[in-house]
Amino acid sequence: MTSAIPTPAPAHGHGEHPKHNLTGFIIFLCSESVIFLAFFSGYAILKTSALNWLPAGVDGLEWRTPLLNTVVLLSSSGAIVVAEHFKAKEKLWLFRAFWLLTMAMGAYFLYGQAVEWSGLKFGFTSGTFGGTFYLLTGFHGLHVATGILLMGIMLIKSFIPGNYEGGEQGVQATSLFWHFVDVIWVVLFLLLYVWQA
Amino acid sequence: MTSATFPADPKPPAGWSRYFGFSTDAKVIGIQYIVLAFFYFLVGGFLAMIIRGELITPASDLVDRTVYNGIYTMHGTIMLFLFIFPVLNGLNNLLIPTMIGAPDMAFPRLNTAAFWLVPVFSLLLVSSFFVPGGPAAAGWWSYPPVSIQNPLGHFINGQFLWILAVALSGISSIMGAVNFVTTILRMRAPGMTLFRMPVFCWTALAAQSLQLIGLPALTGGAIMLLMDLSFGTSFYRAEGGGDPVLYQHFFWFYSHPAVYVIILPVFGIFSEIFPVYSRKPLFGYVYVALASFIIVGLGLVVWVHHMFPSGVSQWMRDLFMGTTMLIAVPTGVKVFAWLGTIWRGKLRLTTPMLFCLGGLFNFVFAGITGIMLATVPVDIHVSNTYFVVGHFHYVIYGAAVMGIFAAIYHWFPKFTGRMPYEGLGKLHCLLTFVGANLNFLPMHPLGLMGMPRRVSSYDPEFTFWNVIASLGAFLLGVSIIPFLLNMLSSWIRGPKAGHNPWNAIGLEWLLPSPPPVENFEDEVPTVISRPYGYGTGEPLVEHQAEIERRLELQEATA
Repeated sequence: MTSAIPTPAPAHGHGEHPKHNLTGFIIFLCSESVIFLAFFSGYAILKTSALNWLPAGVDGLEWRTPLLNTVVLLSSSGAIVVAEHFKAKEKLWLFRAFWLLTMAMGAYFLYGQAVEWSGLKFGFTSGTFGGTFYLLTGFHGLHVATGILLMGIMLIKSFIPGNYEGGEQGVQATSLFWHFVDVIWVVLFLLLYVWQA
Repeated sequence: MTSATFPADPKPPAGWSRYFGFSTDAKVIGIQYIVLAFFYFLVGGFLAMIIRGELITPASDLVDRTVYNGIYTMHGTIMLFLFIFPVLNGLNNLLIPTMIGAPDMAFPRLNTAAFWLVPVFSLLLVSSFFVPGGPAAAGWWSYPPVSIQNPLGHFINGQFLWILAVALSGISSIMGAVNFVTTILRMRAPGMTLFRMPVFCWTALAAQSLQLIGLPALTGGAIMLLMDLSFGTSFYRAEGGGDPVLYQHFFWFYSHPAVYVIILPVFGIFSEIFPVYSRKPLFGYVYVALASFIIVGLGLVVWVHHMFPSGVSQWMRDLFMGTTMLIAVPTGVKVFAWLGTIWRGKLRLTTPMLFCLGGLFNFVFAGITGIMLATVPVDIHVSNTYFVVGHFHYVIYGAAVMGIFAAIYHWFPKFTGRMPYEGLGKLHCLLTFVGANLNFLPMHPLGLMGMPRRVSSYDPEFTFWNVIASLGAFLLGVSIIPFLLNMLSSWIRGPKAGHNPWNAIGLEWLLPSPPPVENFEDEVPTVISRPYGYGTGEPLVEHQAEIERRLELQEATA
């Protein structure tokens, strides 16, 4: 090219903008956190202003099983870090193994949540206590399920030959999403199970 | 150095059909947004005509009272979610990539999806006119307990469709916001630092940040409203232990900043247009740019001023009165900067300039009534009266819509390649300015006299001002005729526009009119100075003279 016009910046190429994808995803996560913030503050306001917070016949939430769930979910954040580490070292099979482990831990968490829900004596129409409980755990559970789905897509992508470069962005974003889901759960656990007074 | 080469022949312009398909080109999507928005502007405007027709007499004689409730609810909802937001997103799509020298948005397919959600949710919203019980009728705020009544017991009712439409609108706006922010942060031309960015991009960045922070709160609140309405929860139901005021917090946490989402880009438009037609640099560029983000910060902590009569505690009233009044400081900085720009400039009173001057006048008026409304005792006195309606319409119609018209006239030649007609434009401007003031000024005395909003009949003592307001509204209705005539006829057979008909400075004016699909493609010029170098003789980009000569040659041979 013999143009008198100066050379363009590399960021302006056509097609994929891998760096933009991650930027966009981080912006999205910041925005998504606000919706949880809205639910958390709604929960706190309803709880502190309620006359009868617990519905009749319910005396608080059992916290031991959810605590086990919490430990599993939090450790899965560690597993995904290990997976990413192997990804960076280009050991694809180890990456897949730890990636699958993370998915399994996420699935266990959802299973534990389902077991807990089925054993509860209140429904989502049981006052604001029931409503906020199912709204918070349900909306978070939806995010866990989305995370597992994203991980599944990334896992499939890792088998497409030559897709290594393209998949990497998704891997990073999925891992970020998973950490996000974890942090949200910690706040949720504190609000729902620890703050019972 | 070698001689300048001509770029490859510009791609043949695709036909009209591209405006009806799933295009990923930001310039096509921008025009799709704007045209769709103006279609709904006519729909929302028609509803406004019915409202003002009803209010021209004290008796409730034109439409049934329940129909009236649905009409003002849908007027507000359509004008906000189907006119103002889409039209601004259209301007963002057209202007952001061209102003920063990007080939397209960061995520073109996301952009397409965000746009096509708009017709989807618009149909959902409009279809609510045809369900049993009619459309949502709780006002555009949809406060519970009114909004969670379902007297007919149908699962699909107007309010249900309203909530779905608003939630979808939120998803579309978030998709757009992620795209705009990423594009501005990541895809600027070489040399274009943040402090060399046009103010429109600053204000777009500020407005879209507000969308990202505020909108999820409304979505969260709307999900809970939907569950209360349709699934028997009691988040907002006082009889079930819920708190209706909680919804007001969620709603206004977003919907007050939403006003800044609307007005900030209009500040950007003012900041772009005043320097062009005053032939002077923008006064205090850095302060105007930064004031946008001060408005973002303050704008997020003023929402309770909508709830002064809702039983909030006194310390909250005092706090939010203070923060609300503080907003006047950054906006004042901007107003004085524009006045400083115009001051002793060589004014050219073109259509866009006239619209901006009118808009600025109306905005200052709205700002003054805004300070009145921020004062707790005044607010409690005029809350839910026509004073609030008047103030709001001065901001949205008087300032924002006039700014949007200014932008359309100013950038029309750039994106269509045709010049709009000045005579029709000036007529449109005159009718709009007179109509808006005639329509919205009488609402202030009405509010002070105590006329409540959202009623179809009123005490005969209010008749005089209502008749004047209705005449103003009908004038506004007429004002749209020269606009549509102008747009259609000049787009089809208006005089051809050069690359820079207004002699303006900015990257978008260094592109042919209309710009090729990928704008500068791989030849993005390097920015070497601040924008708005009017009268300084300083070039904006490297090799500017060469680029301009090339464009002139292209135009001469075309």
